[in-house]
Amino acid sequence: MSAGARIGVVTFPGTLDDVDASRAVRRAGAEAVPLWHADADLRGVDAVVVPGGFSYGDYLRCGAIARFSPVMTEVVAAAGRGTPVLGICNGFQVLCESGLLPGALHRNVGLNYVCRDQWLRAENTTSAWTTRYEPGAEVLVPVKHGEGNYVAEDAVLDELEGEGRVLFRYVDGNPNGSARDIAGITDARGRVAGLMPHPEHAIDPLTGPTDDGLGMFLSALDALVAA
Amino acid sequence: MPKQEILDPQGQAVANALPRLGFEGVGEVRQGKRFELEVDDAVDDATLARIAETLLANPVIEDWTVRRADA
Repeated sequence: MSAGARIGVVTFPGTLDDVDASRAVRRAGAEAVPLWHADADLRGVDAVVVPGGFSYGDYLRCGAIARFSPVMTEVVAAAGRGTPVLGICNGFQVLCESGLLPGALHRNVGLNYVCRDQWLRAENTTSAWTTRYEPGAEVLVPVKHGEGNYVAEDAVLDELEGEGRVLFRYVDGNPNGSARDIAGITDARGRVAGLMPHPEHAIDPLTGPTDDGLGMFLSALDALVAA
Repeated sequence: MPKQEILDPQGQAVANALPRLGFEGVGEVRQGKRFELEVDDAVDDATLARIAETLLANPVIEDWTVRRADA
């Protein structure tokens, strides 16, 4: 366990889940470092979490404005150097808009905002954010989104599948109609990850359905220790 | 506009509502966005295309066209 690991948590105007994300980081044993959207400064953090919410009111498209914020310029540069980055929900949308992850998140099939506890199957367990999971393990984590329908060209989907870059897949019902039941993906190096479900809301049975989500934050700590 | 191969749930909802209002014969509806920009004459078509591609549209899921109109 790396007591000295510092994980940044980004706050945009309209971010909702930065408090829970910071709590998850602390629960995993790292220091949570607040990062402000208007600062082109990552404060020397070892990893970054881009949490959920409605950055810039979801104006234009979810994540489209956040992508151009000063902090995201730094996040993109850090990701290029191999810094682990995790985008959750709106954060996943921001990472796709930023080009750090392929594809896009489209309006849910059925148009309904979906808020429920969702079963996921862990598929890639070698990324910086998922080594604590057993391949095929099923975890229960909340989802809450209106635009979580992951879409990409077939060639991109085939590449993601072929390279084992699907992190989690929905099981027992797909909440949003995403292609191939994809809930989350990682980049080619396994350092940048994004998913629609909320692991930060499932770190403690007192406040979430399970503590299944904590493994993502513990995984990142492991990756930082190993680095 | 959402690309043809992208399922458009909003357009589908509109398409499903039309027969309920008595409008028949509409096969498919796709819903997109239009932006109106007032620009200096010095802003050329290539710049407008870059604006569309880098900010206004997400080329992963949307097609776009630029049309110049006199004010």
